[in-house]
Amino acid sequence: MIEIWAGIAEAFRLIWSLDEDLIDITVRSLKVSLTALVIASTLALPLGTWLAIHRFSYRRFTISVLNALMGLPPVVVGLIVYMLLSRSGPFGVMGLLFTPTAMIIAQVIIISPLIASITHQAMRELWFEYHDLLISLNTTKRQRVGALIWDGRRTLLTAALAGFGRAIGEVGAIMIVGGNIDQVTRVLTTAIALETGKGDFALALGLGFILITLSLLVNLTIHALSRTESEGRW
Amino acid sequence: MKQDMSVSLQDVVVRRRGKIVLGPITLDLPNAGFTMVLGPNGAGKTTLLKVLHGVERTSSGWMSWSVPSQTARDGQAYVFQSPIMLRRSVRANLAYPLQLLGLDKADISARVTKWAVRIGLSAALYFPALSLSGGEQQKLALARALIRRPNTLFLDEPCANLDGSSIREIEEILREAVQAGAQIIMTTHDLGQARRLADHVVFLNKGQIEEQASATAFFDAPGSVGASAFLNGDIVE
Repeated sequence: MIEIWAGIAEAFRLIWSLDEDLIDITVRSLKVSLTALVIASTLALPLGTWLAIHRFSYRRFTISVLNALMGLPPVVVGLIVYMLLSRSGPFGVMGLLFTPTAMIIAQVIIISPLIASITHQAMRELWFEYHDLLISLNTTKRQRVGALIWDGRRTLLTAALAGFGRAIGEVGAIMIVGGNIDQVTRVLTTAIALETGKGDFALALGLGFILITLSLLVNLTIHALSRTESEGRW
Repeated sequence: MKQDMSVSLQDVVVRRRGKIVLGPITLDLPNAGFTMVLGPNGAGKTTLLKVLHGVERTSSGWMSWSVPSQTARDGQAYVFQSPIMLRRSVRANLAYPLQLLGLDKADISARVTKWAVRIGLSAALYFPALSLSGGEQQKLALARALIRRPNTLFLDEPCANLDGSSIREIEEILREAVQAGAQIIMTTHDLGQARRLADHVVFLNKGQIEEQASATAFFDAPGSVGASAFLNGDIVE
């Protein structure tokens, strides 16, 4: 219990003193996770919506695979990305291993299936509701996807936030492909793992509280910007 | 100037899960103002409307409009029995079909304002459409269909579950549309409404057309046993 209070006190001290390392780690965490979120959302939101309205052979199988990929073990993803980016791997020449870019790639792979799957689920229900109207209005497939994404944007925001939550809290994969290098690839989660290993629980807890606060702040900011709860029933 | 949009169906059959739900039907529908499709539950009224609108696939037979099929399709609008509201504001619901047509913003805005006033929702333009009452949603669905100035309007029980004043308002809007040259093909269970509006009647029973006649002839002297029973309020099986 004492350690928890010490952790809270440490968190306040770090924030109050505008600790340079803390700011550096926090900014990097946000940069990596938000970049991964934007890339993953760009891929996964249209994919999930397209899967909801398009009929093709092996559609069920594709959706099952997508759902299964939600449970991808991050450590395995990290290992595969490591092998692909290592000097002896096919993309080794790009020199991306142990850089924030490698961490972003790993996070995109981890969160894309999650965002696409939640999107598919939500869009399937909306498509069921809109199907007759959009067909009757003679819309093209592109216009249907557009209408569903626009009208389902609040649900899609939830999907994106779920992806962000997973990305910002991820440690296994980015530890492997980022290497937890000070001032280069160290982020909040890998720093917590490091401080815990060193036995500095107060600092680890302090960083943990900052991570939780950060996650809450990003969620609240996005909700506020998109006025999720202020426009009646949607 | 509205185009003549008569339609012919030849031996049209619709099957679902191996069972015939409509047909075989052979029908020539004139461009007759109000055409009422009447019949008991399960007669195939909605299916016929959807076939005519081109959103229900036929299992066999063919259908042809007096204009090229794409022109016919572009000039049609459909109002469903349960209004489907886009999860947007009243204004955005009205504007959407016009945006699909690629109209400019000023034209869209003018038409939206005109129709919002016409259906008494000008004060609710920026409210979510889903927050409206059932009657208001049905009026909005009707306005969203008419805002495109369709040649042919399909209505599937547009006044089901509505109160008297909403029904009166909707009928008034429909009469105006017909006066402006639109052809309306609608289903209804309300015989009073059919008598008030119909110019032409198609009576369906068990997926077959039992009778097709002018409204006066149909209501004064129905030519089939099923239609007589239906008009007398008997159970038609």
